[in-house]
Amino acid sequence: MNIYVLMKKTFDTEEKIQVSGGAIEQDGAEFIINPYDEYAVEEAINIRDEHGGEVTVVTVGDEDSEQQLRTALAMGADKATLINIEDDVEDGDQYTTSTILATYLKDQEVDLILAGNVAIDQASGQVGPRVADQLDIPYVTTITGITIDGQQVNIEKDVEGDVEKVQTSLPLLVTCQQGLNEPRYPSLPGIMKAKKKPLEELELDDLDLDEGDVEAKTETTDVFLPPEKEAGKVLEGETDDQVKELVSLLRTEAKVL
Amino acid sequence: MSTILAFAEARDGELRNVSFETISAAKQIDGDAQVVGVVLSDQNTEALADEMIHHGADRALVVEHADLKEYTSDAFTQAAMAVINEEEPDGIVMGHTSAGKDLSPRLASKLDNGLVSDITGIEGSGDDAEFVRPIYSGKAFEKKKLADGLTFVTIRPNNIAPLEKDTNRSGEVSSLDVDIKDIRTVIQEVIRKTSEGVDLSEANIIVAGGRGVKSEEGFQPLYQLADELGAAVGASRGACDAGYCDYSLQIGQTGKVVTPDLYIAVGISGAIQHLAGMSNSKVIVAINKDPEANIFNVADYGIVGDLFDVIPKLTEEIKALKV
Repeated sequence: MNIYVLMKKTFDTEEKIQVSGGAIEQDGAEFIINPYDEYAVEEAINIRDEHGGEVTVVTVGDEDSEQQLRTALAMGADKATLINIEDDVEDGDQYTTSTILATYLKDQEVDLILAGNVAIDQASGQVGPRVADQLDIPYVTTITGITIDGQQVNIEKDVEGDVEKVQTSLPLLVTCQQGLNEPRYPSLPGIMKAKKKPLEELELDDLDLDEGDVEAKTETTDVFLPPEKEAGKVLEGETDDQVKELVSLLRTEAKVL
Repeated sequence: MSTILAFAEARDGELRNVSFETISAAKQIDGDAQVVGVVLSDQNTEALADEMIHHGADRALVVEHADLKEYTSDAFTQAAMAVINEEEPDGIVMGHTSAGKDLSPRLASKLDNGLVSDITGIEGSGDDAEFVRPIYSGKAFEKKKLADGLTFVTIRPNNIAPLEKDTNRSGEVSSLDVDIKDIRTVIQEVIRKTSEGVDLSEANIIVAGGRGVKSEEGFQPLYQLADELGAAVGASRGACDAGYCDYSLQIGQTGKVVTPDLYIAVGISGAIQHLAGMSNSKVIVAINKDPEANIFNVADYGIVGDLFDVIPKLTEEIKALKV
């Protein structure tokens, strides 16, 4: 089975966000594999171990994205492809990324594509469904379980807390939700092996695309931090008094009761 | 005159609140636009269409088909594309719900169009409309606009106030026949875990418990408070991981993002990943026995104390309000 995983690097979840010049300050930040993409990597490895085949991790990024691809290889993926758009694309959006990925995937033999259901930075959740549409294959988003039997695929999908059991077939794209699995940490031998695994680097040219083909269809005009919240009021006194004061404040000051 | 489609979301033959918010968002995008409420469902579409009109849609278009009972990407894409081809709109607004998140990128792809997802505010109007959306789990915001093509956005529930309902409003309701075929993802069963109580993503008040709640039984006082308040119950990841409650209740970076009017955090320390899911709530109350807990940094009101002492008393106090 040919399994592809779509990955994105994101800020470490503990990272403090700073804005300069209308953009998020990237310098000095720690980057990780987007946590939802980690579920995708883990599931891809498990499916390969059960059914055979090969896992290729793919990312659209810059030369630093190699680090996250190597981490996925260390977890157990077989090959990686880095589509480096650093020199070609100034301000991409989800259309940009999905068009590049779909163009790359059209030339591959694909049985199953896994992606995160959302990236924790831009959080649009668009790229998976857009790629599936461009490839004209079915997709199921926010999956929490998947079993494959021949061409038939049975999926458990999270729908705002409810679970849907869905039956579909390969080729297929799924996006992964928390609860699907517990991603492994790369082992030391895994990390050693990852250094020797194949990592292919492509640019738009290699995909017969130019900048105009992938030009963003949305524009970011500003980035800003939320206003600092004023320190809250910690209520004093015995519990009975605190509770009475709280209810009174919620009614008269906050006006939410 | 421009036309904007406001997509309703029906569940079990009733409209979710976010349906009405799409109408209000469409009006904000262009006050002169003709807003068409779109209802895709297997039942009751005429009545739902009227409800859209009562909430401000100028007219409504419905597609009623047995395959539109549960959401599937293939059936809803075919129905929505038929509506879009019929209306040739200038804009589309949908809820950023499970179904909206799944459907909107595919429609945007088919239309070769941009899409601004998960917006919480609209500034300016017409071609100059800019959309505010949280990024980095609410730690920052960005403003986006569409390049050429349709104005296509999904709105986060509970952020854009709906218009007042007025049953005197009237408008034309038309129906479109759509031939739905080749559904490649078949829903075999839906296991409801959230049927009891209030929908978390649309709740006006949420009572959420963390590790401090200590056990499954420890959630009982929270449920009693929620009952009195007409609130939904949520939880931090810590509480879910510890097995005190189902993951369907989880609020945070992984889990649900909520923006209720009132968020009562009980025994929640306030890890950054949890704040990502609730820090935009309008009013936050923190109840925790650790005065140093991070949750107090985002709370409007705090009580330092034992939740098993505070919550029952709070419940009694709320009960007393109603008498």
